Amino acid sequence: MTIRNTLRDHGQRYRPRMACLKKAEKVLLEMQDPKTGVKSQPQRLVITTIPHAITGEDILSWLADRFQVDTQEARNVGSMLVALGYIYPLQDHKRLVIKPDASLYRFQTPYFWPTQQWPVEDTDYAIYLAKRNIRKKGILELHEQEQYNRLHKWMNHKWDFIVMQAKEQYRAAKERKKPDRVVFDCQERAYWVVHRPPPGTVSAMDYGLERRIEPNADETKTPDFYERIMIFTQQSIMRPRVKSSVSIGALVKYCATYNNHDPFLSKCLPSNPWLTDDITYWNLNMTNVAIPTKMRVERWTFSFGELLSDPRGRDDFRLFLKKEFSGENLAFWEVCEDLRWGAAVTMREKAEQIYKTFLARGAPRWINIDGKTMEITVNGLKHPHRYVLDAAQTHIYMLMKKDSYGRYLKSPVFKDTVKKAICPEEQKFTDAQLEQNAKNRRPSLSPIVLRQQEQEQRAKMAANAPVDITQVMSKLSKQGKEAPPCPPPAKK
Amino acid sequence: MRSPPIPEMATQEVQLNETLAHLKTESDNLKSKLEEERAKLHDVELHQVAEKVEGLGQFVMKTRRTLKGHGNKVLCMDWCKDKRRIVSSSQDGKVIVWDAFTTNKEHAVTMPCTWVMACAYAPSGCAVACGGLDNKCSVYPLSLDKNENLAAKKKSVAMHTNYLSACSFTNSDMQILTSSGDGTCALWDVESGQLLQSFHGHAADVLCLDLAPSETGNTFVSGGCDKKANVWDMRSGQCIQSFETHESDINSVRYYPSGDAFASGSDDATCRLYDLRADREVAIYSKESIIFGVSSVDFSLSGRLLFGGYNDYTINVWDVLKGTRVSILFGHENRVSTLRVSPDGTAFCTGSWDHTLRIWA
Repeated sequence: MTIRNTLRDHGQRYRPRMACLKKAEKVLLEMQDPKTGVKSQPQRLVITTIPHAITGEDILSWLADRFQVDTQEARNVGSMLVALGYIYPLQDHKRLVIKPDASLYRFQTPYFWPTQQWPVEDTDYAIYLAKRNIRKKGILELHEQEQYNRLHKWMNHKWDFIVMQAKEQYRAAKERKKPDRVVFDCQERAYWVVHRPPPGTVSAMDYGLERRIEPNADETKTPDFYERIMIFTQQSIMRPRVKSSVSIGALVKYCATYNNHDPFLSKCLPSNPWLTDDITYWNLNMTNVAIPTKMRVERWTFSFGELLSDPRGRDDFRLFLKKEFSGENLAFWEVCEDLRWGAAVTMREKAEQIYKTFLARGAPRWINIDGKTMEITVNGLKHPHRYVLDAAQTHIYMLMKKDSYGRYLKSPVFKDTVKKAICPEEQKFTDAQLEQNAKNRRPSLSPIVLRQQEQEQRAKMAANAPVDITQVMSKLSKQGKEAPPCPPPAKK
Repeated sequence: MRSPPIPEMATQEVQLNETLAHLKTESDNLKSKLEEERAKLHDVELHQVAEKVEGLGQFVMKTRRTLKGHGNKVLCMDWCKDKRRIVSSSQDGKVIVWDAFTTNKEHAVTMPCTWVMACAYAPSGCAVACGGLDNKCSVYPLSLDKNENLAAKKKSVAMHTNYLSACSFTNSDMQILTSSGDGTCALWDVESGQLLQSFHGHAADVLCLDLAPSETGNTFVSGGCDKKANVWDMRSGQCIQSFETHESDINSVRYYPSGDAFASGSDDATCRLYDLRADREVAIYSKESIIFGVSSVDFSLSGRLLFGGYNDYTINVWDVLKGTRVSILFGHENRVSTLRVSPDGTAFCTGSWDHTLRIWA
């Protein structure tokens, strides 16, 4: 019968994933340097003198100085070192934080450092609890008592051994000098506070789920392993790459271009909704707003991709193309996108429909692509897959990008859009107004409702649109009916 | 069949070892050659070019909303395209959809498994995907009816052989990209649950993925426990680029907004920037006082700022170009497990093991 331990077991595995431990150890060694480390001195605690005690404020000022950080950050770093168990508090030993005052701490002995080498054993914990029980009955805390009872149950078969070990350690401890004993007791107690934390406390030892592969595990080396690496490396060598100055220059340029559009770097106009609780900014930038803002229109000039990816920008572009009678290019690109990202089951039908509408000879919305691309595409359509129109789509995209896009930016359509675009004033709210705004936060329309509205709109437009004669013909031929001698007049 | 005499077996083994040693040398030589090729075009460092760039001012970033409602560690979150709704998932199996602006909970689902490490909002805003220790990714269409049990319409889409670590919709609600502890990534058709493409190449758990911004085509990047960040072609399933400079597990990868670079965050306490066109690592974001691992990273809208959520409960904000740390934010009381910038860049959201989510701006 397998017994599932439902408590997250912090101890029965070691921690290969805590790369932070090595870094923490480096810091600890520096802190303990007799010349440049944190200054320590013996301190009286109750009736004994503890050697090498350090104060919280000394630790924090050392950290702040060493890492050139402010007090708050030093406190965070220090508290994490305590949480890991490298430093332990002498007073208030259950709170694993650094207090910025004269509270006393000590460096934990390396024997008790959190280690990746061997696991923290429940057996040791049982011995520790038993030892404390021997020393003074009733000293265990509630959660420790619960743990003790649990361990007694699961380790019943070796309980004699545990009690014997506990008694032996207790006897050995009594033979030590009192100050050494006190120090060791503090160290041991601190160790178990870190590795067996009371329930409900945050533990730095908690690293979540195990991952399947150990980070230090080596993949078994076979000839095949090396062959694969070599093939991949060869391909990588032959990949074209660009000079760093060029590509890094582009990254820097991108930052500069978008700097004024980044709400973290420049003011959002009229105001950032998260800061002022006023959603005018979102209302002005809704997907299908009639009049876009100046900032939004400016983004359309940054790249063709920006224009296309903003639905409002795409609408404007579509209007321009309609005037130029080259709307079929954009329409084709859109249906190609729909094919690529659409559901697998509709793919075949979509591909056929696209062919009939855009590519076939005499198609109603025939697109102009070069002979070679057309040949590849038509051949591919014999066995359609979702990427079958990639070549044609890329061709049309580049055509729009290199030709139509430039003309669009100079066109009356665009100039008109720019002229009408609004530039809202910056909102300045008083504190009282901000409070009022916060009280007036309202929910927005759910995307589900918006989608329903969109679908209704589209259905309405489709019902009022002129009948596409080829659609009618294709439907009839699918039904096996002959085409009527005279096509019905188009509905207006 | 007679087993071969002992001396023959020994010779065979010696031969194998010799072959392996020979192959290893050849492989290492090729790797050196690759580094040489990369170095030939390396004529400038990022921070050198950045010297001419104006420095950033002081930042005042504060928690603007705190979302309380999860009863256990928050593991993942994602924004809705409407810029104010989010979905979050936690260790106890709960997936919650919030209107982060009002902090209202709008939908809740209880998964049949714990440790829901991945969740994603559909582009339409009408569905969410999530998964974790159940080794699956399931899509839940959202409903306006508060009394409807969302689990009834659940669609099981992805099936892996180990835990699901990350998921993302592509440009539509119809396809999902997943990564798993089983070492693979996969592209799925939502409607049919059909596997469209699988991606093999990581030698260990894949922990994160990010799709390239739409203008730059059909690639995505993944990061894993083998310390590698791989760039994949979604159409062919091939790994087209690979970077191995981190010293520990890569917990998070995110594309630079232009799609020409990506950042990664790792257990080795560093974030790194990789330039895809120059095919090299171009920046390391680290500080001696930062010793705990990075759980998640994301860029601000312009790509100038990189936000990192760390396992020491803090958020560090980096100047991507100059490589310096601009700000450190405190507030969470346990590990920051997930971090995403909102779609219009007006805020970023963090989820933490302290059971809360925070919106920062």
